[in-house]
Amino acid sequence: MFEGRDPIYLQIAEAIRGEILTGALQEGNQVMSTTQYATTYRINPATAAKAFAELVAEEILVKQRGVGMFVAEGATDRLRAARREAFFDERLAPVVREAAALGITAAELTAYLHTHLDQEDDR
Amino acid sequence: MTGLSVTTRDVSVRYGAARALDGVTLDLAPGRIHGLLGRNGAGKTTLLSLLASFQRPDSGDVALDGRDPFEDARLMQDTSLMRATGDLAADLKIRDILRLHRTGRAHFDRDLADHLLDRFDIPRRRSLARLSRGQQSVVAATIGLASRAPLTMLDEVHLGMDAPTRQEFTEALLADFAEHPRTIIVSSHLIHEIEHVLETVTILHRGRVVLSEEADDLRTQGTTVTGRADRVEVMTRDLRVVGRRDLGPTREATVLGRPHPAWVTEAERQGLQLGAAPLQDLFIHLTSDRDAA
Repeated sequence: MFEGRDPIYLQIAEAIRGEILTGALQEGNQVMSTTQYATTYRINPATAAKAFAELVAEEILVKQRGVGMFVAEGATDRLRAARREAFFDERLAPVVREAAALGITAAELTAYLHTHLDQEDDR
Repeated sequence: MTGLSVTTRDVSVRYGAARALDGVTLDLAPGRIHGLLGRNGAGKTTLLSLLASFQRPDSGDVALDGRDPFEDARLMQDTSLMRATGDLAADLKIRDILRLHRTGRAHFDRDLADHLLDRFDIPRRRSLARLSRGQQSVVAATIGLASRAPLTMLDEVHLGMDAPTRQEFTEALLADFAEHPRTIIVSSHLIHEIEHVLETVTILHRGRVVLSEEADDLRTQGTTVTGRADRVEVMTRDLRVVGRRDLGPTREATVLGRPHPAWVTEAERQGLQLGAAPLQDLFIHLTSDRDAA
C-alpha cells in the first residue's frame, strides 16, 4: 500500500477518486473518517486529513459538521469531466506525437480507432 | 494544536571522553508525530532524556514551548518518556504501577490503560519483573500512551512485542492521537513499520543530526526501480544505487535522487516500475560509516 512515488495523501485522494469513478463509492455515501482511515492503513491521521481536504476543495467530498464526510452530489460527473480533459492532454497527445514520429498517417490512426471503438461498442 | 513544541540549540552531552550528543539543533512542531531514528549508540536516548529533563546538557539550550524543562515542575508533568524497560519499577505489581501513574500524572487516562491491558491479557496482580519481555513492553507502551502527556516519547517500546501486538499498538496510538492530538516522538529500529505513521523524520548519527525533514519530502529523495534484473541494472548503471533486493528474476533497486523525466519515460517504456524509496534504505545509506566519507 502507498508504494507510489507521489506523497501518500495524493495517493489516498487518487484511490478515493477511483472508487467513485468505478461506483464502489456512490454519491451521498459516507466515506471513512480520518481516524478510521489512519488506523485501517496505519498512516498518520494528518495525512488522511490532507487527502480529504484536497477532495473537499475539488468538491468531490462534502463535510457535514459533526457527522462526517460524504461523496458530493455531481462528484462523478465532475471527475469524468476532469479525466476527459486529462485524457486528451496527457494520454492522447503523446500517442499522436509518437505516431507522427513513426510516420503513421492520420488515416491509419483513425482506421485503427474506428475498428477498436466498434469492438468496444459490441461488448 | 495541543502539545509542546521542542527546540534544541547546539546541544552537547559528553560521557567522559565520549560525545553522546555533538551540537544538536532541532525544531519539532507541536501536535505531530515525529520519528527519531539512529543506530545503537547514536544518541537518541540521551536526547530524549534531555527533553524529559532526566539530565542537563553540558552545553547548549533545550526548550519545551520556549522554556527550559529542567526542574520545571509543570513541564515535567507534561512530559512522558517510556523506554521498553527500565522506566518502571520492576518489583511493583502492575496494578500498583497503574495507581502510581493515575495519581501522579495529571492527564493519565485510566480507561485507555485498562482497555489496552485487557486487550493484551496483562495480569494486574503480577509484578512487572515476572512478566515476559513482550508483556513488559506492552505495559511500558500502555503507560506511555495513557499518560496523554503533551510531549509523549516512546523509545523502542516495541521491543519484545510480536508483530500482531506491534500492529495493534500502532493502531491504538493513531486512534488516540487522532482524538487527543499531542506531540509524540517515536524511536524505533523497525523503520518500515512506522514509516507512514511519522510526519517528520530526524536521523541521528554519532551524536549529530544528519537529517530532519518532513516525511513526505523524504519520500522524494529516492526512487525504487523494479523489473527484470538485467534491465534494472542497465537503467541504474549511472545512478547512485543504495539498496538492492532480488526476487527470482526480478530486482528492486533503490537509487538516490529524483530521476530526470526522460529517464522515467525510458524506464517505463522498458516495463520497469518506479516507486518511493523505503525510508529504511535512505536510513542505512545515511548512517553507514563506509559511505560517510
